[in-house]
Amino acid sequence: MTGTTPGLRLPEADSRVLARREEIIAALRVIVPGEGVIAHEREMRPYESDGVTAYRQLPLVVVLPSTTEQVAAVLKYCHANEIRVVPRGAGTSLSGGALPLEDAVLIGMGKFNRVLEIDTANRCAVVQPGVTNLGISKAVDHLGFYYAPDPSSQIACTIGGNVGENSGGVHCLKYGLTTNNVLGVELVLITGEVVRLGGKHLDAGGLDLLSVVIGSEGLLGIVTEVTVRLLKKPDTARAVLVGFPTSEDAGECVARIIGGGIIPAAIEMMDRDAIAAAEAFVNVGYPLDVEALLIVELDGPEAECAHLLEEVTRVAEGCNSVTLRVSTSEAERLGFWAGRKAAFPAVGRLSPDYLCMDGTIPRRQLPYVLSRMRELSVQYGLRVANVFHAGDGNLHPLILYDANAPGQLDAAENFGADILRLCVEVGGVLTGEHGVGVEKRDLMPTMFNEVDLAQQLRLKCAFDDKSLMNPGKVFPTLHRCAELGRMHVSGGALPFPDLPRF
Amino acid sequence: MSDIIAVRDEQEVAEAVRTALGAGKTLEVRGHGSQQALGRPSQTDLTLDLSALSGVTLYEPEELVLSARAGTPRADIEEMVAARGQMLAFEPMDTGPLLGGTAGRGTLGGLFAVNLAGPRRISHGAVRDHALGIKAVSGRGEPFKSGGRVVKNVTGYDLPRLMAGAFGTLSIATEITLKVLPRPPMEETVIARVASPGEAAAALSAAMGSSCEVSGAAFLPEGVAGRLPGLSGAPAVVALRMEGVAPSVTARRAMLLKVLAGIGPAEVLETEPSRPLWQAVRDVIPFAGSGERAVWRLSTQPKVGPELAAKLVQDLGGEAYCDWAGGLIWLCLPGEASHADTVRAALAPYGGHATLIRASAAERARSAVFQPLDGALAALTKRVKESFDPGLVLNPGRMHAGM
Repeated sequence: MTGTTPGLRLPEADSRVLARREEIIAALRVIVPGEGVIAHEREMRPYESDGVTAYRQLPLVVVLPSTTEQVAAVLKYCHANEIRVVPRGAGTSLSGGALPLEDAVLIGMGKFNRVLEIDTANRCAVVQPGVTNLGISKAVDHLGFYYAPDPSSQIACTIGGNVGENSGGVHCLKYGLTTNNVLGVELVLITGEVVRLGGKHLDAGGLDLLSVVIGSEGLLGIVTEVTVRLLKKPDTARAVLVGFPTSEDAGECVARIIGGGIIPAAIEMMDRDAIAAAEAFVNVGYPLDVEALLIVELDGPEAECAHLLEEVTRVAEGCNSVTLRVSTSEAERLGFWAGRKAAFPAVGRLSPDYLCMDGTIPRRQLPYVLSRMRELSVQYGLRVANVFHAGDGNLHPLILYDANAPGQLDAAENFGADILRLCVEVGGVLTGEHGVGVEKRDLMPTMFNEVDLAQQLRLKCAFDDKSLMNPGKVFPTLHRCAELGRMHVSGGALPFPDLPRF
Repeated sequence: MSDIIAVRDEQEVAEAVRTALGAGKTLEVRGHGSQQALGRPSQTDLTLDLSALSGVTLYEPEELVLSARAGTPRADIEEMVAARGQMLAFEPMDTGPLLGGTAGRGTLGGLFAVNLAGPRRISHGAVRDHALGIKAVSGRGEPFKSGGRVVKNVTGYDLPRLMAGAFGTLSIATEITLKVLPRPPMEETVIARVASPGEAAAALSAAMGSSCEVSGAAFLPEGVAGRLPGLSGAPAVVALRMEGVAPSVTARRAMLLKVLAGIGPAEVLETEPSRPLWQAVRDVIPFAGSGERAVWRLSTQPKVGPELAAKLVQDLGGEAYCDWAGGLIWLCLPGEASHADTVRAALAPYGGHATLIRASAAERARSAVFQPLDGALAALTKRVKESFDPGLVLNPGRMHAGM
């Protein structure tokens, strides 16, 4: 039962656990009866990878609980027996966060798919973690409400996965990320204990543990219920499509809009290659003779949209825009977005495979980062197309490669790693919204030193004393909690523990 | 009075913590000392004074980001961003007036440590929602960093948000990076009379459930309302703020007046009377200057807030009002006794938390100042504290006894 994980080191499988596989399966079948335990190799195949299909690994066994009690019992059993656990939502992770381990129980949360309560008087909804992101908005649409974060994969990705990755989307410039829109969770710890963090109220009465659970990539516990904030849908939304001769001009336009006091609902940018790919795919009338295209969306009362559209138009014209189209109907606005939202599959048609990167940079560094990326593109002999959440500096370079061409996957991965190092070098970060997972794990030391990472690992130990939750993800080192917790006080100097590497 | 160690940079903070660790001493972490009366009174051996660790290190208005050292006066920061037409959107409470001090003091580290957001919490979030990055020194005496200077960032656990509101019990933040936002050019507040707390809850809910983008929503009962600027002599009202560009505010005001049509007569406050009103709501001015009468801050589900506030006043006396569309109750009791069990028992059916914000030191020692934690959550919280501060050196006991 080996997997395919080229170039990726995963924690060494625990042979004692592998040897007890049949016994573990039997124990799990007692906790989750019926068809809730999947142990046959053929039936486990669909779970062998997530959105990062380059990495594949069959799990020890798949379990599909349907109640909090079952999740608690499974985790308690795994804790008592020192068995690793990998949580999984819809498996759309773009960082390999749900990649199975050979010796780990994969816990699929797909059966937690109900909207439990819609509470418009408190403007919130209580849902199970397997409800899709879009499913929440659909459930409250008839009441005029929606859930604001809108990752591109929103048809498929689940709110539980969004909590794990602190997902964003194109509208988070104005409406925030998952962390700003989730009010509470029910969390099962690896010990099987159940804690509730937050609820229908705001802020924490003690330490704000919800803050670290959101974006923790399944390393702290398993979320079994989520309370989300609902917003009233804006009366109107209008978009403007602006083409620029250079990315510098487009970047300057974004800086002036925001510096001038306007926070649009979204500002997206695409470079020439991404524009061409998207236009060929959906044919919505994007200009093909520009280096950079901005989609700026404004929402709110009609009077506000009209007023701000004038302002944005004026700013754009002052930044050498060469084409400018304001949406005059809802169909046209959706058309503007159709190209952007199809950018990934559109680029996918240009090439057998592509790698989607996810760094964030201070916005003004964009022209420099783009020019360095062009140099790297030549160096590696691989094309790259760029889509960019320009409002908040989140960059998604798409590296085109052919997995069947010898060496290209390695080259693409090295190219991607160079881009992320570049993001950190200019003051940015390795990942804006896709998570570290296994994909960016080994780059963590470019952003954090050993002390920074040790502090993060100690926090993990407070939740997971045996390091059983999703090991091999996020952190480049495995660790023993006892060793991390040790503190030597001598002569005022504290030696930092050396962490074993795998 | 404990010995004071004044520090000027991160290295000195780290040395001070190591020294304390080595000597088995505890540290109180302090900026201007304007919030010393917040939290449980704790006896520490040493006081670490961060007020000299001051200065804005980065401000890029077009990037909506600002970094400053922990001891930087908040007033300096607010002035600096205002000069560029920006603001700290979470409207941090100035605790000076309520706690018997003066207004306008306090540091960035202090407002970060207490996470007391003002009226705009409902639309823009709290301090924690705007915390992007930190440099800090742990209770192990080790400098570390977390987060960054960009808004979208999931690289590692979100320690800046965890440390916001931790009252300096996890680590000592030495530099904090915040998201800043454009300050709206104008605002208006619609004031509508309400006949009862139930009607207030309905009005707040209707306003928040509309697309008027309300950024301040308070229930101000008779008596409390009369002590707020711009409302003198007013009966019980709800106040609803809208901010933005003029055409938008005008359109939303018209929309909101329609939403409130079934409720009592309404009037509109323009920008100038509106701004001081919300600042007074933020700083709990109606309960300032009332000595050591116990003041509670309750966070609960918004729809029950006005009636819960009324019930608490009925049972215990005193006065109360609601911010955050009903979700935040400010309760001022008639005397120094905090009646913690009664307050928390009344809150329990609805969920949330109650914090004793103002009380005598004796009362804060006697009662649980922060919401008591139950079994598994208490144990988890203690483990998290110890993961940063295993020797319980930093502000021990400030939030919970024994941590």
